[in-house]
Amino acid sequence: MKAGSGGRYLGLVLLLAPVLVWLLGLIVIPQVDLAYQSLQERGSSGERALSLAQYRGFFEESQYWRSYLRTALMSLLATACTLLIAFPVAWHVAKVARGRVRLWMMVALLVPFWASETVRSLGWMLLLRESGVLPQWLAAAGLVAEAPELLYHDATILTGLVYTSLLFMVVPLIGVFETLDDALLEASYDLGGNRWSTLWHIVVPHAAPGIAAGCIVVFMLAVGNYLTPTLLGGNSAHWFTEVIYDQFIVRSNWEQGAAFGLLLLVLSSAVVWVALALTGQRLGQVLRRT
Amino acid sequence: MSRAGLDIERVHKRYGDFIAVADLDLSVAPGSFFSILGPSGCGKTTLLRMIAGFLDPDRGDIRIGGKSQIGVAPNRRPVNLVFQHLALFPMMSVGDNVAYGLARRGMARSRAREQAVAILARVGLPGSADKRIDQLSGGQRQRVALARCLVLEPSLLLLDEPLGALDLKLREQMKVELKQLQADFGTTFVYITHDQSEALVLSDRLAVMNAGRFEQVGTPEQIYHCPASAFVAGFVGEANRLPGSVSAVHADGAQVLLDGGLQLAVRCAAPLAAGTAVEVFLRPEAIRVIGAGEADPGAGPTLAATVQAALFDGARSTLLVQAERVGVALRVAWPASAQAGYARGSTLRLAIAADAAWAFAR
Repeated sequence: MKAGSGGRYLGLVLLLAPVLVWLLGLIVIPQVDLAYQSLQERGSSGERALSLAQYRGFFEESQYWRSYLRTALMSLLATACTLLIAFPVAWHVAKVARGRVRLWMMVALLVPFWASETVRSLGWMLLLRESGVLPQWLAAAGLVAEAPELLYHDATILTGLVYTSLLFMVVPLIGVFETLDDALLEASYDLGGNRWSTLWHIVVPHAAPGIAAGCIVVFMLAVGNYLTPTLLGGNSAHWFTEVIYDQFIVRSNWEQGAAFGLLLLVLSSAVVWVALALTGQRLGQVLRRT
Repeated sequence: MSRAGLDIERVHKRYGDFIAVADLDLSVAPGSFFSILGPSGCGKTTLLRMIAGFLDPDRGDIRIGGKSQIGVAPNRRPVNLVFQHLALFPMMSVGDNVAYGLARRGMARSRAREQAVAILARVGLPGSADKRIDQLSGGQRQRVALARCLVLEPSLLLLDEPLGALDLKLREQMKVELKQLQADFGTTFVYITHDQSEALVLSDRLAVMNAGRFEQVGTPEQIYHCPASAFVAGFVGEANRLPGSVSAVHADGAQVLLDGGLQLAVRCAAPLAAGTAVEVFLRPEAIRVIGAGEADPGAGPTLAATVQAALFDGARSTLLVQAERVGVALRVAWPASAQAGYARGSTLRLAIAADAAWAFAR
């Protein structure tokens, strides 16, 4: 019996090995190293010393914390927009569409993800740049005098972010909507409720774990996104991942980059924590919905 | 307490080629307990959903308290529905469940809360307003579902097999409670069920429904003792089914020659011609075991029988016997006086009560 349970234990370790290697090697060790590096300062002669200079630099240089705040706010906005768009879509797939229609709607949601994110972003550029499809149509239709430049606006970045992350909101929402008993909706109407009171008192509380799960994923994807803000926002994006990239690659200032990286991690964690606390949910309950 | 009658006039509903409800007429008196009894798929749920407003009839009229409800949305009808699986809101406390309808009418939170607490006490759940739904037992949930509707003082309360999910013991108990609550509140109840015992026990009047039509509407006694069709006779209560054919017709019934050879006087709901092949329905309690030394009763035939099986079930015990000249095995009510069991193969004498057998054309 003892040997058997020991064998099972060994089997478990072997099965978990890839995950453990992945967790330890690719997440824990780099983060610890990042944290260590961010607390270093290079002197004039190249010697290193422990210091908080990198973090001081973040707060003293306004372009850094402005970019940080801007990234946070834009990501929150993108998350909210994604939720507003995904909610009716997911409702329709889960509760209204039946049979083949439902299947095709799911396929339509998935198809864009068969192309890489780069290709999709380039697609948006083809559509939106000054000589692109949409501005030319607008000009040809006489709605505007001159073809406008639709790229490099905040709205363009938002559009791109929403588009990229829509599926990650729709899927958990479909999950929670499917578990919502239609009789509850009927009961709400039967007791005198209307569309809005049913939505607010029945649907949203039931869907809360799915909404939270979707929002967490979408927010994290948006905050950590590099490609979409860079391609669609250009130089005006001021996305925080660009600032980090700049420190690591362009300026080779790894210590500063490491500090920024950690700050981004703090931002994601803080927003998730605040959102869960505000809606009175627990992480474990939410994760079951993803 | 407001109460109103329900009038249904030639209501019709079809799904494609399937007719769910076929030109039904129905009238329910204000303040009464009315049941619609039928097997699953008979259209009773469709009918109920049309009354509640979740389905529109293809044609016909539904009036509550004299006012037509056609085109009125479910949230504007003076009707509430107790759902089959209750559909209590799991995201709310018991008190909020009950106060939900009041809040939708714009009642202030504190007043809605007071009323919810009061009605919960009235249905036997004092002090449970702050509990979660999943902290309640099946019977308690049942009462919350009722309270959630009754607090709105509906003119008409619809109940869709609400006892179906409960175990037998609790169901019996809830039957009694439901009947008392209805008498207490005076609201008109329309109750649908496939359980004949619920329908018989609870109702002032009931309708037996089959294939989209009412086979018979009447008091439980009428339905049980004077079935209008073979379906009613077979569906409601236990009955022995004896094949035979009409040998003679007279003013208030007929003579049937059973396939086994017995001549039996029967009643019939529709006139039958001589020679018609019929099925005779005979309740187990209409067949009496004649005790040893007891004289044969004058009315009705007597026959000798052999016990095949004794089916002891307390007050509902029956004997399965093979009787002479009948042809099929008979279920016979276990004599109340008999304390000892019946051995298989022992012989008995049976008396069939006069006027208790009903014949319907096969």
